[in-house]
Amino acid sequence: MSETNVIELKNVTKRFGDVVANDNVNLTLRKGEILSILGENGSGKTTLMNMLSGIYFPDEGTIRVNGKEVLIQSPRDAFDLGIGMIHQHFKLINILTAAENIILGLSGSVRLNMKEVEKEIDELTSKYGFDLNPSQKIYSMSVSQKQTVEIVKVLYRGAEILILDEPTAVLTPQETDKLFDVLRSMRDNGKSIIIITHKLNEVLEISDRVSVLRKGKYIGTVDTCDATQESLTEMMVGEKVSLDIDRSKPENVERRIEVRGLNVRNNEGYHVLKDISFTANAGEILGIAGISGNGQKELLEAIGGLQNIESGEILYYTKHDGNVIEKLHQMEAGDIFDLGIRLSFVPEDRLGMGLVGSMDITDNMMIRSYKKSPGIFTDRKAPHKLAGDVVEKLEVVTPSLETPVRRLSGGNVQKVLVGREIASAPRVLMVAYPVRGLDINSSYAIYNLLNEQKRAGACVMCVGEDLDVLLSLCDRILVLAGGRVSGIVNARESTKEELGLLMTGGKENA
Amino acid sequence: MSKQNNTSGRTVIHMEKRNSISRKKAWTIRLTAVLLSLIVCAIVIVAITKQNPLQVYAGIIQGAVGSKRRIWVTVRETVILLVIAVGLVPAFRMRFWNIGAEGQILMGGAASAALMIYLGNKLPLPVALILIIAVSAVAGMLWGIIPAFFKAYFNTNETLFTLMMNYVATQIINFLICIWENPKGSNTVGVINSKTKGGWFPKVFGSEYGLSVLIVLVVTVLITMYMNYSKHGYELAVVGESTETARYAGINVKNVIIRTMCLSGAVCGLAGALIVSGASHTISTSTAGGRGFTAIIVAWMSGSIQIATQFGLNENASDIITGILLFFLIGCEFFVNYKLSVYKEKEA
Repeated sequence: MSETNVIELKNVTKRFGDVVANDNVNLTLRKGEILSILGENGSGKTTLMNMLSGIYFPDEGTIRVNGKEVLIQSPRDAFDLGIGMIHQHFKLINILTAAENIILGLSGSVRLNMKEVEKEIDELTSKYGFDLNPSQKIYSMSVSQKQTVEIVKVLYRGAEILILDEPTAVLTPQETDKLFDVLRSMRDNGKSIIIITHKLNEVLEISDRVSVLRKGKYIGTVDTCDATQESLTEMMVGEKVSLDIDRSKPENVERRIEVRGLNVRNNEGYHVLKDISFTANAGEILGIAGISGNGQKELLEAIGGLQNIESGEILYYTKHDGNVIEKLHQMEAGDIFDLGIRLSFVPEDRLGMGLVGSMDITDNMMIRSYKKSPGIFTDRKAPHKLAGDVVEKLEVVTPSLETPVRRLSGGNVQKVLVGREIASAPRVLMVAYPVRGLDINSSYAIYNLLNEQKRAGACVMCVGEDLDVLLSLCDRILVLAGGRVSGIVNARESTKEELGLLMTGGKENA
Repeated sequence: MSKQNNTSGRTVIHMEKRNSISRKKAWTIRLTAVLLSLIVCAIVIVAITKQNPLQVYAGIIQGAVGSKRRIWVTVRETVILLVIAVGLVPAFRMRFWNIGAEGQILMGGAASAALMIYLGNKLPLPVALILIIAVSAVAGMLWGIIPAFFKAYFNTNETLFTLMMNYVATQIINFLICIWENPKGSNTVGVINSKTKGGWFPKVFGSEYGLSVLIVLVVTVLITMYMNYSKHGYELAVVGESTETARYAGINVKNVIIRTMCLSGAVCGLAGALIVSGASHTISTSTAGGRGFTAIIVAWMSGSIQIATQFGLNENASDIITGILLFFLIGCEFFVNYKLSVYKEKEA
């Protein structure tokens, strides 16, 4: 039984213009197994899976499901074949309950019997060991509960083949363990599962086999029991990579940013930051951990002069002895810049806040500098030179400096943004998810840049999601939970488990 | 695009985005679109008028370029449409959907009519002209600032707001016609200063429309420089793309919105002066004549192609034909950006 192939991809190619996202990829999924698809960002994992779920259509090649060659043109075609995909970004309606979201879009009899539906859902959840209340509204759910709804939705529609796109990216270590238990129980019930990820330890923990993609090409498939972290990395990157971050001892540490009793409400009036107090030092990297959406974004934006502050103070110390103090909480981004405070910020939403997608690299460099040139006309010479330097130093892959940054891959977009922010020799450097979307080599290049800034005496604040990385990159880690500081730990002594507990522990029912 | 049944052997049409297209191919597609539109027009003409479509087309061309005077009329109409489109471009680049050019033109036109009536015969011509141009630009500017102010401070919907400002402008013109009626009881203003030609644009390059052409060229060059090389132009492009990025860059978004609409309204107001002082020498509710809307299409197409004004969108062409032509021209951009491939499913 276990040797039946439920999915066979043969020589599948997908191009986007000149870019070949998938180049002659072959892949098989056996019945009742968990297959990991491993690859760096931009290696074509998601594109490949989107062709199975009907979002993209292959340019060449064939797809067989249960031995029969098929054309999958729409997500509905995929459902008809029993393929269900759980996307990285959930597609749920907040004001509806879990059960309502699950049956959304299904045809049925004219009369809707919600009780019957909830009973069916309960049967499903108890069968696989999910923890879900069908009548709970989505907006009151945590990220992991929402993910459960997405998975149950797919199962309820009778999917036999499940595809999960980076399911653990938004989960705490504890929640990840729970998800893996459920996946194993589904496998034991005969479901076939594909899980996309780039976290090696998870691949080794959960999967039966691993298929590796690199730059759109299919590299090979190995049984997980024969693989190690090192062998998989080598397959992914194509060469041996050392996975060490060169963390130096903090030197010349002095107080740079002090936050006192900060309270922030967002546009909808939610109290997103509650009584935040901490100090960030020059010559040190302060990590900020937390489940996404627990105030990280607002905290950095508040310091950067982009949030309305309800109460509290944010102080900037130019000198250690505290002679010159600027009150950042009274300033907007433009005021901070006009005062000559070199505060750099790499926001989470790169194309929505840090960069202008339709403009080229030169024009994006100008965002920070165009005000400096005299007169009413813009000076494009200096930004053009800077753009060239950034492209060269950070190895940005771009057809030309005149290419709109929207056309670049996620990793290259990030390099452009980080390159610009570091170029001003910042005194304070705030980065949110700096390596999201970057391949391993680029990620380590970015970590090294952060360490360089730390040694140069900058006060670095880094919001991150990979706890292993935060523990080996930062000097101290501040954990946010429910908009409060639930703890500040020494990164050299703390553990993933401690951080995981702090991430959920401080949560309130506010 | 696709059918849902899962039977084998079906044929499917699939849409793909083109990354690049050769210039030649793009223009072939556009030319094909024009030809197709002419054929569709011909069918419509035969169906409605039972006339030979070729004669109708000959008539259109005759009407547009048949004589020296007709050529100048065509040029005048084209440059006025162009200057309105140029006025709209800054607002549109900022993603501020200014549907109110019509009203801004009317207010500019009303300002120049007022100056012609009250001061046209009293001031020396150069002074009167400068005053007419300046005041009509200010009038259009005021009509543009109002929706911009509410957008900046209360985030009102600028599309509805500017559209409604058009109706207010029309009623103001109706009111002014009651005051300026000439002769009494005609309910029209008549040709202003028909004997003295006070406040009329003088002949330049041997034509009464030469000055309009000159002004439009200067304005077009200035706005192009403003958009591409000035700090203001850079800021408004950033605001249009993302207000979040603009705030991040320390740009005062409210100021930029108001400032840009000042400019947009001012150029549209100036267009009103070109129509009233430079061409019709009268004012009525149809002074703008839908140009404020047609110019939206021109401004829109200027994003990808600069050909709209090269097609004689003049008053002599029937609206139906213009409509069909524009439909095909805009529609063909889909084929410039996407290609269609046909797949056939094989038996398993």
